Amino acid sequence: MGKLFAVVLTIITVVSTALFVAHTWWLPVDISAHGQAIDRQLSETMVTSGVLFVLSQFALALFVWRYADRGDGRKAKTFPGGVTPMVLFATVLVGAEILALTFVGSKVWAGIYQTPPDPGSLQIDVQSEQFAFYFRYPGPDGKFGATHPELINEANENYFGLDPAHDVSARDDIVVPTLTIPVNRPIALTLRAKDVSHAFYVPELRIQQDFVPGLAIPLHFTATDTGKHEIVCTQLCGLGHYNMRAYIEVISQAAFDQWLKDKAAQQ
Amino acid sequence: MTGNATPPPPIVPPVAGPPTASRSTTEPPPLAPAQTGVLLAIGTICMSFAALTSAMVVRQGAAPDWRHFHLPYLLYLNTLVLLASSGTLEWSRRRIAAVPVGAARLPGLDGLAGVYFTLVLGLLFVTGQVIAWRQLAAQGLFLATAPSSAFFYVFTALHGLHVLGGLVALVYVLRRLRRIAGPVPRVALRAAALYWHFMGALWLYLLAILATRV
Amino acid sequence: MSHPTTVAAPHHHAPPQGFLRTHVFSLDHKVIGKQYLDLALVAVCIGMLLSWLMRFHLAWPETPIPGLAKLSPNGAAGGVITPEYYLALMTMHGTIMVFFVLTTAPFAGFGNYFLPIQVGAEDMAFPRINMMSFWVTLVAFLVLISGFFVGDGPPLSGWTAYAPLSAVGKDAGPGQGVGQTLWAVSITLFCVAQLLGALNFITTTLDLRTKGMSLARMPYSTWAWFITSVIGLIAFAVLMPACILLILDRVAGTSFFIPAGLVISDRLQPHSGGSPLLWQHLFWFFGHPEVYIAILPGFGIISHILPAFARKPLLGPRVLIACLVAIAFLSYTVWGHHMFLSGMNPFSATLFSVPTLIITIPATIVTLLWIGTVYGANLRFTTPALFCLGFVSVFVSGGISGFFLAQPSIDTYLHGTYFVVGHFHFVMGVAAMFGIFAGTYFWAPKMFGRMMNETLGKWHFWLTFIGVYCVFMPMHYLGLAGNVRRYSAFTDDYLKPMIPLHQFITIAALCTGVAQLLFLFNLVRARFRGPKAPDNPWEATTLEWSTTSPPPFDNFGGRPPVVHHGPNEYGATGATGATGDYVMQASPQSAGPA
Repeated sequence: MGKLFAVVLTIITVVSTALFVAHTWWLPVDISAHGQAIDRQLSETMVTSGVLFVLSQFALALFVWRYADRGDGRKAKTFPGGVTPMVLFATVLVGAEILALTFVGSKVWAGIYQTPPDPGSLQIDVQSEQFAFYFRYPGPDGKFGATHPELINEANENYFGLDPAHDVSARDDIVVPTLTIPVNRPIALTLRAKDVSHAFYVPELRIQQDFVPGLAIPLHFTATDTGKHEIVCTQLCGLGHYNMRAYIEVISQAAFDQWLKDKAAQQ
Repeated sequence: MTGNATPPPPIVPPVAGPPTASRSTTEPPPLAPAQTGVLLAIGTICMSFAALTSAMVVRQGAAPDWRHFHLPYLLYLNTLVLLASSGTLEWSRRRIAAVPVGAARLPGLDGLAGVYFTLVLGLLFVTGQVIAWRQLAAQGLFLATAPSSAFFYVFTALHGLHVLGGLVALVYVLRRLRRIAGPVPRVALRAAALYWHFMGALWLYLLAILATRV
Repeated sequence: MSHPTTVAAPHHHAPPQGFLRTHVFSLDHKVIGKQYLDLALVAVCIGMLLSWLMRFHLAWPETPIPGLAKLSPNGAAGGVITPEYYLALMTMHGTIMVFFVLTTAPFAGFGNYFLPIQVGAEDMAFPRINMMSFWVTLVAFLVLISGFFVGDGPPLSGWTAYAPLSAVGKDAGPGQGVGQTLWAVSITLFCVAQLLGALNFITTTLDLRTKGMSLARMPYSTWAWFITSVIGLIAFAVLMPACILLILDRVAGTSFFIPAGLVISDRLQPHSGGSPLLWQHLFWFFGHPEVYIAILPGFGIISHILPAFARKPLLGPRVLIACLVAIAFLSYTVWGHHMFLSGMNPFSATLFSVPTLIITIPATIVTLLWIGTVYGANLRFTTPALFCLGFVSVFVSGGISGFFLAQPSIDTYLHGTYFVVGHFHFVMGVAAMFGIFAGTYFWAPKMFGRMMNETLGKWHFWLTFIGVYCVFMPMHYLGLAGNVRRYSAFTDDYLKPMIPLHQFITIAALCTGVAQLLFLFNLVRARFRGPKAPDNPWEATTLEWSTTSPPPFDNFGGRPPVVHHGPNEYGATGATGATGDYVMQASPQSAGPA
């Protein structure tokens, strides 16, 4: 029975690890400026955890294989060094790895979430609601109009509750259901929620942030490659949560300028 | 192993049941689970009110809609009533503790009068709190009117509920004291008194934070 | 600790008379413990059924489920689960499992039954309050389940019930009316019951230990229940007011958690000024210690059982206890790691990640202590032993995935994905369950006076051990691919290729679920018709094995045991009792030379 346990555990360990190492299911290609740092942090953690995982499962399997009761009255043995090697390994080796990961990781995190956006960033307002995302560009005047929740009207597509009749800066705001951005340009989003909490997640951009009703949360990034990807909601928001998605289209600066001009003309 | 060299013989429990081994009513029990239990209850209640306190602080800072108001003066009178009830209970407890263990029954109302006074004062306190609520309502301050009033009602209601629980415990202890002599009910009285004093201390804390923030 | 280890005023109740007093409204901690275990058994069957429905829907979203249309005509018209019903099932699955299985069975169930016996007491310190705890728990369960039958069903906000979705009322969606309120009331009641229970556990451990039972000689399971109770005393004390505030937001028009300007279902909500993050802070201040409440008894049970089947002492018992205390303490400092991306100050994320990573250290130590105990052992491969060994393996797997999530920079990618689902299911849904299984197989002879069937037990172990790896390891791969969690269907372009892996998981889950029938059958049959169990079938040392199987109503027949040894006198200490390679705690003989 012990040998069976050891064999089964070994197979489980080998198969699981192989599937991780082979990247059979893995992160999509990274298209963000900060993505490399995150992927490096992930790989480093994967290697350390992988080693710990394999070593502990194999140790367990080995000991279970070897130390079955053979009925021969053999005296049980204490682990050499007793408790000390365990405590030392955990405190020193694991502790050192934790320190290293924290030191590097906190810089990676701060670079994304604690630094202010580039001054030349393209500002885009994002509104999440049950169950869609809408994106607002300030238009040629470069100013966002004020939002008024009581004016929100889905039927008229006034998702942000703008008041163009009385608010000059609101008149040229561009509101669209797809996030179109130029490549290699810093983007500064402001996230707002209309009803309940939502989240903004683009796996390829290695970025995620909750929307919290009552707060306007900044999020910034730079996309380094063109393409079309999905923005999905990761904060449970109701029955349509699974279907709450928008697209992000990263296009060349020239194409973006044209797109913006076309949109402005349509206002 | 620490403690007594010879463990004292166990005490006859107050409910019907076959006594096991030889028992004596002359020794107090060496340990008081009731005391431990009350101390733990105090700890957990403190934690609950600490959570609500931090909720209040956060809520006050979350939006500019706090809406300060003056606490009804009745609250201060209620405070005196509650503190007095702690006094009467403590007086009573000490008198009862001074009666020798093994007395057939407690002489008359001696010592117990304080417990009755505590019950009355306790009920007076709760009534006073309800009246204070009515006074606030008359000013248009209800649970949902403003966050300040919401926290006021939540804090005073939860405290009041715990006070009522303390009154129930006191009635229970009182009935045991009336029926039997012996150390067990005294331990229960001590534990109940500890809880009651804590209700007073908790109220002083709540009064302080409500008076300064609401 | 300066309490003398002498016997306090013993209990208070004579042998019960009458059917109701003996079996229903019993003051006996053993009956109450069994009642908790039975409640947890019912709960886990329901919780598992819900998970089968969920998994089936994820794998084959358009296939009708036989019989479901009759059971839930609203939620599954034609047998196909609607998106809102999926989320309702998910909410109830999580709530039932976390509260009524993982907090109830290993802690309230086994703890109630065995803590007094293991410390040599006749009963818990407060038997009446103990009985009340159980009945309040049962009422809480019934209130929760009633959500299926009232209004438009159970809530869909998850077991985490984030505001404002959970706070605004029925505008937010189906089940968010009376269903959510019932949920909050149920949890409030549950908190009260658990607080009373914790009071009992701690007082009994501190004040009712028998002569010779110093704290140092307590069994490791007792230590774990004791420490878990302390965690619970603080954690549940925070959840209760949080739920009360949530109820007030829902029914009384307050705005603790709801800010201004919310437009839901085209209606401007009348609330203003509240903070959704406040709910998250309060909830997770409870929620993180809660998961340690779920696993710590398992640590204790494994540490208790493993030496008996290794026939050698547990390695480093004092270090184990120190680690349990460290984990308990640290568990209060990490709650923000559930909120890295919540919108709280990002600097706090780094602050919270530090103790989160540090908890890895005592967790690693205890795992190494178990593995070190297996080294050099003389293993007896009974079913409880197999579940102990399996526990170590699955705890390693689950713990290691936590290492990723503890780092905010990595959590940026993995938050809200199946990686998280895989992680917490491994540690809670598998490891904690293995602790419950190990405890059941180990203690069934003592509780029922009858042995469970070893062959069935071993089959149960193998199918479950392989099954859970097939169910939950793939979830990590899904997470790495960015597969979002709490989705009732995978309609996004990038998720469609994952569906075959989801189908594999579903098949594995259904098979593993069916394997649990072996356990159920074994348990029920043994309880009434198993072969009679001796007093000490496993040749173990602790006090529960010094009394009959099952124990008499006052545990020791009126003769409280006197303890002469710790619980660790197996094999390698040279312990050679009249009984063989071990010395029981209550045995007056001295242990042999070390």
